[in-house]
Amino acid sequence: MTTAQRPVAEGLFTWPPAAAPLRLIGSECRVCGLVSFPAAATCVRCASDDSKERLLADRGTLWTYTTQDFRPPSPPYDGPETFEPYSVGYIELPGELLVEARLTEPDPDKLRIGQDMRLTLVPYTVQDDGTEVMTFAFAPVEESTEIEEEAS
Amino acid sequence: MTEAVIIGVGLHPFGRFPGKPALDMGADAVRLALADAGVNWPQIQGGYIGSYEVANPDAIVGRLGLTGIPMRGVFNGCATAGTAVALAARAIETGEHDLTIAIGLDKHPRGAFAADPSVAGIPSWYGQTGLFLTTHFFGMKINRYMHEHGISHETLARVASKNFRNAAGNDKAWRRTPLSPEEVLASPVLNYPLRQFMYCGPNEGAAAVVMCRADQAHKYTTTPVRVRATALRSRRLGAFEVQSPSFPVGEPVDSPSVDASRDAYERAGIGPEDVDVAQLQDTDAGSEIIHMAENGLCKDGEQERLIAEGATEIGGRLPVNTDGGLLGNGEPIGASGLRQIHEIVLQLRGTAGTRQIPGTPRVGYTHLYGAPGASAVTILST
Repeated sequence: MTTAQRPVAEGLFTWPPAAAPLRLIGSECRVCGLVSFPAAATCVRCASDDSKERLLADRGTLWTYTTQDFRPPSPPYDGPETFEPYSVGYIELPGELLVEARLTEPDPDKLRIGQDMRLTLVPYTVQDDGTEVMTFAFAPVEESTEIEEEAS
Repeated sequence: MTEAVIIGVGLHPFGRFPGKPALDMGADAVRLALADAGVNWPQIQGGYIGSYEVANPDAIVGRLGLTGIPMRGVFNGCATAGTAVALAARAIETGEHDLTIAIGLDKHPRGAFAADPSVAGIPSWYGQTGLFLTTHFFGMKINRYMHEHGISHETLARVASKNFRNAAGNDKAWRRTPLSPEEVLASPVLNYPLRQFMYCGPNEGAAAVVMCRADQAHKYTTTPVRVRATALRSRRLGAFEVQSPSFPVGEPVDSPSVDASRDAYERAGIGPEDVDVAQLQDTDAGSEIIHMAENGLCKDGEQERLIAEGATEIGGRLPVNTDGGLLGNGEPIGASGLRQIHEIVLQLRGTAGTRQIPGTPRVGYTHLYGAPGASAVTILST
């Protein structure tokens, strides 16, 4: 049986997963070239309103990170009542931008600044009807390789 | 242009005061400031008042006297009180008023701030998925900073321990139980590398500052404190700021604290080497360390040695957060920067009691930083 899934928001990353390789959906200013995520209608550098969609790199390096060891206030957080600590960080996508994301590795001792990271999706919560709500996350490259092997 | 001087300060204790409205705390702070200045409420010609939780903080005139003066509400995140002080000073400098007041008051519920990301111009998914926490930024900024500049976990703990120790000598502070660095390091991690006792907490309190024209100060006081400069800056593209889903790659861009600090030193004609005592935004222990460098008081990485040597202690070369800072006092947003000014005024008058720094301090410095990337700096002198 396949578990139903939906993205936390439309236009954030490519969806459905089977249709195309997973990428974050950003934008690029047609005037000055600034890359933005999430996609922005107006440019915060040159104030142009002329932008195009740009799929961002799915690999980068960990620029910094921290952990979330207490359940965030709800709202706005709508994760499960049973809280599992998670990590967040900024991943540098060379030549594009630094993007903030959840990390799949919750243990700060297993993370290090500069390590290679790869884009993935995580079910950050499950709705009452069993639908998994998916958001983007970055995984240490070694770990994501293992996940692929398990999935295959 | 005339100069603004501070002639009176008033501080309501910071902490938890069940049943006492923020407006009443604010009115108490105002009465203390008026008494300190030796003026009556009807003499005040205009005011600026800041609060996060109170929708109409200017309603405080109902507790003080309906004299018809302009009372302007201001809000600028954690830089709110710095903004109120700057505007109150500006009203004097430009000749609009001869006698002004800056007031801050707040009454926050327990725990981390919860808000709708849309009010900060941020999409809903950012909050839903657990990214919309200011504490993430502080954890990530100091983690990167420690990596780049060789700052240790022990130094984080020493900063927190110092601020709680300073607060222990301050009867208006909230957290007055001294904690050793070991006890700080034994508290649970909230956002790596930051632990429970390395964070300040939102709470309640109020403060007020009365100012007048420098050439009229002799009517009120023999110890006026000069407002040498106020500066406020917002974030620039490329700077690493709180609650940013992304930011551009490239050369590092200075934080608004660096920008505001440079502007304030230039306006004051005072350099960081002249600062005798500083109050820096210590939302967390890491922020105090970073803000020492961002405000020009040391070079990046020097903090490790300076803090180990005790330079930032009350008896040290550069005392920082002598009243316990945000860690010891908590953060009622609207009042926090006015508490900083209150402490600097006491230090420059030489009336800070057991917290008094040695010698004859002449220059004091205050700094605020908060979401979405706003910084306010004030330089005061005798």
